[in-house]
Amino acid sequence: MILFLYALTTSLLVAADDPGNGGFVGPSVDEYFPQVLLFAGTPFELNRITLIRLIAVAALVLILWLGTRKLKLVPSRGQATMEFALDFAGRGIAIETLGEKDGKRFAPLIMTIFFLTLALNLTGTIPGLQIASTGLIGQPLILAVIAYVAFVYAGVRKFGFGRFMKNSLWLPGVPAVIKPLIAVLEFLSTFIVRPVTLTLRLTMNMVAGHMLLALCFLATGFFFNLLIQGSAWGALSAGTLLLGIAFTVLELFVAALQAYIFAILTAIYIQLALAESH
Amino acid sequence: MHPAFILAGALAAAEEKEHSLLLPELPDLIWGSVAFVIVLIVIIKVVMPNITKALDARRDAIEGGIERAEKAEAQAAATKAEYEAALAAARTEASHIREQARADGAKILAELKEQAQAEATRIAANAQATIEAERQSALASLRNEVGTLAISLASGVIGESLSDDKKASAMVDRFLADLEADQKAKAGK
Repeated sequence: MILFLYALTTSLLVAADDPGNGGFVGPSVDEYFPQVLLFAGTPFELNRITLIRLIAVAALVLILWLGTRKLKLVPSRGQATMEFALDFAGRGIAIETLGEKDGKRFAPLIMTIFFLTLALNLTGTIPGLQIASTGLIGQPLILAVIAYVAFVYAGVRKFGFGRFMKNSLWLPGVPAVIKPLIAVLEFLSTFIVRPVTLTLRLTMNMVAGHMLLALCFLATGFFFNLLIQGSAWGALSAGTLLLGIAFTVLELFVAALQAYIFAILTAIYIQLALAESH
Repeated sequence: MHPAFILAGALAAAEEKEHSLLLPELPDLIWGSVAFVIVLIVIIKVVMPNITKALDARRDAIEGGIERAEKAEAQAAATKAEYEAALAAARTEASHIREQARADGAKILAELKEQAQAEATRIAANAQATIEAERQSALASLRNEVGTLAISLASGVIGESLSDDKKASAMVDRFLADLEADQKAKAGK
């Protein structure tokens, strides 16, 4: 019911925005590059997307701060939820993957990646915001670079540069003849493919999700306008509205899933770098 | 339209063509880094200490609870031991008192018995004495009576009055002496 109202409101907002009369205009990636709102011409330009990013960060900081400010011995329902989320990221992802000692070391980093990604992803389904700033490639790239630096740092710190590279590239149990070839492949896979896939997976998931939702709601608005004008085609708006609702639920799931994937992959990369050999 | 607007518009249009989903732009990177740094600082400086504090407090509470329970248990055990000791003491005392009472009772009984015995002896002795006195007085009075009777009988029989006391008394004494002699003779047989 809430979802229905939400989808309907969104569609009507879109419909109201529509200049009308013209044919159907689908969503485009230009939505990720709206006009600059603040600090135009400087490197600190803020547009709608980056502003939404900052709003999400502010909300996240507020939730984290207020949520952990007065943790009681016997948790209330809200505190239990907060503790569940923190425990999920800190223990469920970091410590479960890396073990107690290294897990605790890297838990703040992994928790940051998880909660930041989750918060930024969720703006994709929040009415009025309706776009995930992780769809803008800079943010996933920054996070991927941080994950990259983290696992290289972890490996080099533990083994020294030479042994870390040897651990990563010179695999035991591989016939000596093809070892160099495997080493090149391993290098590509570990040091190039990993950050690229981390970045693209998140960006493209968010862009695709936004496109799906925008398409559904734009179509609903378009057909709704037709309905008002008395065309039978307008009845299709019901179908596209339902699709919009379904994809909204899917996007909520994807937002959480992508945050989890990013965080757990970071943890796994660090774990692989710390492993004696693999 | 002012030329500047046209220029700006043209610039904007030119800029828009450069946009790509795959190429990050500087503001995006900067604000992305800012976002990460802010959240990281909040998590390190606020969230982690708060969680650690809360978990420590919880562990302390649990450990404290266990400690308190142990203390209470020890206290209960001590109280129980104390109580049992008191009970045992009370029991000992009770049996002591009972024994004492029994001894006292026995003593009292013995005393009473003794007293009763003495009383009985005394009463018996009194009775003996009384009886003896009665007997003596009866004997004396009997002697008088029998003498008088016998004399009056004898005077009746011999027809003369034994008014002479000297004669009468002699007669009675002789009679009694004969009687006693007769009795002794009987006893001697």
